[in-house]
Amino acid sequence: MLLELSRISKSFGPVEVLSEVYLAVDAGEVCALVGDNGAGKSTLVKCIAGIHDINSGTIAVDGAPREIHDPRDAAALGIEVVYQDLALCDNLDVVENLFLGREKLHGVVLDDDAMEQLAAETLDSLAVRTLRDLRQNVASLSGGQRQTVAIAKAVLWNSRLVILDEPTAALGVAQTRQVLELIRRLADQGLAVLFISHNLNDVFAVADRIAALYLGRMAGVVNAADATQSQVVELITSGRSGAVGLPDPNGVQS
Amino acid sequence: MSPDVSTQAPVEPATASAEPGPVKAVLDHLRGYLSKVRSGEVGALPAVAGIIALCVFFGLAEPVFLSVGNLANLFGQGAAVACIAMGLVFVLITNEIDLSAGFASGVAAAIMAVLLTEWGMPWPVGITAAIATGVLIGLTLGTLVVKVGIPSFVVTLAGFLAFQGLALIILDEGTNISIHNETVKAIAGENLERWQGWLLLAVTVGGYTALQVSRWRRRVRRGLSHEPLAVVTARIVALGGLLTATVFLLNLERSANPQLVSLTGVPIVVVLLGALFVLWSFVLRRTRFGRHLYAVGGNREAAIRAGVAVDRVRITAFVICSSMAAVGGIVAASRAASVDPNTGGSNVLLLSVGAAVIGGASLFGGKGSARAALLGGAVVAIINNGMGLMGLSAGVRFGVTGLVLLLAAGVDALSRGRGSFFGRH
Repeated sequence: MLLELSRISKSFGPVEVLSEVYLAVDAGEVCALVGDNGAGKSTLVKCIAGIHDINSGTIAVDGAPREIHDPRDAAALGIEVVYQDLALCDNLDVVENLFLGREKLHGVVLDDDAMEQLAAETLDSLAVRTLRDLRQNVASLSGGQRQTVAIAKAVLWNSRLVILDEPTAALGVAQTRQVLELIRRLADQGLAVLFISHNLNDVFAVADRIAALYLGRMAGVVNAADATQSQVVELITSGRSGAVGLPDPNGVQS
Repeated sequence: MSPDVSTQAPVEPATASAEPGPVKAVLDHLRGYLSKVRSGEVGALPAVAGIIALCVFFGLAEPVFLSVGNLANLFGQGAAVACIAMGLVFVLITNEIDLSAGFASGVAAAIMAVLLTEWGMPWPVGITAAIATGVLIGLTLGTLVVKVGIPSFVVTLAGFLAFQGLALIILDEGTNISIHNETVKAIAGENLERWQGWLLLAVTVGGYTALQVSRWRRRVRRGLSHEPLAVVTARIVALGGLLTATVFLLNLERSANPQLVSLTGVPIVVVLLGALFVLWSFVLRRTRFGRHLYAVGGNREAAIRAGVAVDRVRITAFVICSSMAAVGGIVAASRAASVDPNTGGSNVLLLSVGAAVIGGASLFGGKGSARAALLGGAVVAIINNGMGLMGLSAGVRFGVTGLVLLLAAGVDALSRGRGSFFGRH
């Protein structure tokens, strides 16, 4: 397993947001992380990304337990996060955004040509056909194009696990389809993808496995091919569905 | 949500398209430029249009405006403001403001004058001390803004008052100190020999040509998108023509009485401005610091997440701004051959901010260039010079300059409303 979380707990003061959460994501697969508002999806992602420290539990990468205290620790392990707000600079062009903070230099001079070439190759390898001009400012791009730039920025660095926080939330139908295709291609190229979404249509369109969080606990992880939407909805809303899920708080077995 | 993605024809990203005919390539390039302008990325266009319109207007109203002597005059009058504006651009890009730059230039000039005239120090000491003063002021302002977290508007407004006082104290409650050092006076007072002007022209145009051609060839070789060769050639010819005409005009005799004293050649201050322009353009466009400066101004959060040393970049912007203010102070002192408590005072700061904004720097951050400072400085200098020649009162001149600044800021604000930046280059 590329990434393996076991018994992750995280509290903010007296509030336990995550409680003994487990999750595993392997290279080449898309794992969707679903859950209602407040289920702990974002907190879990921030724990993996090094923004929050976990209280207990282990994060293992390639089977070896790792300490992640800082976004740089995560980046060093090949973990990149694309946040919902994308964090792009509107006044910089596509290439400049892709390489921001990790510019290629030739002496003290920026090697813009090399960066542009590498950007073009990366976008090509992701079969991105929607970015016509790599030298246009990001401000002039559509929502789907911006999402594409943000995802390309995350995979440019030999990353191995890409975490996407609601990448399709603000997109229209055609652009959503393009971003989902891009996510699928990432996995097909051997990356692990953790995909957070509210939209079950998107989840079933692209995910291999679906992990449902319920009130800070992992309600269950199901194969997308075996599950139905209504089962996943039950996991999200009540934490259990048939034989899968958390034990009923009242002790009733179905 | 824009529909363009779904309707766009699939195009390979940035690969060299099959070579179209040269005419079509040039037309495509023009079309691309026009669509950029329409979407709000007007770049230097307003400033250039303004310069042309103002020159026509003042030339018709007051023919002496177009005389060679007045051309040389314009450079001298605008140089100090252009220097300060070049520094301000750095602070404006990071979405801050420096209201103290005017009096910072006054303090630097005062320290230089005291060292040169009262203590009899050699000129390198005086100039170094002035620039070091600028660095120190910038470090102080930057640290207060970035590390303490006081808004730059407040910090530099305090500086505006404090430096005014500091200049008074240094100048002993307001005496006027003359500068006798010939080297310092030459900065804004002397001209190059004719042959030096031509040599400099050859070096500049040759260097620009070499840079442009080598860049074009590199991009063709790597298969990156490139401009048509005709466009590159046209740009080189246009710049070469403009500079040649300038050097030719400045090399003409412009003395009122040539038998008595000859006055020819490119003013040294033009060379200084050109050198500073090349330096800061290089820093902004070709170095990692420059890239990070734009990123900090465009989206600070994104810059932080990308690992940019945001604090250091922001403080450095203030240091560059105050240092350039010091250079402006040296130029002003050299032109007046003296320093008094009003050096860098009065409307100098507002003219400098106005120059940067008129040239295309944004008061909302993320946008600006050394070129913007020069072009805007030219607009400001032309307005003041032309209205002075027309014999308009200082009151009218202040009013008109204020209106032009307001106009530029309005264009800036409106262009943001269209969801697009002007583009910074």
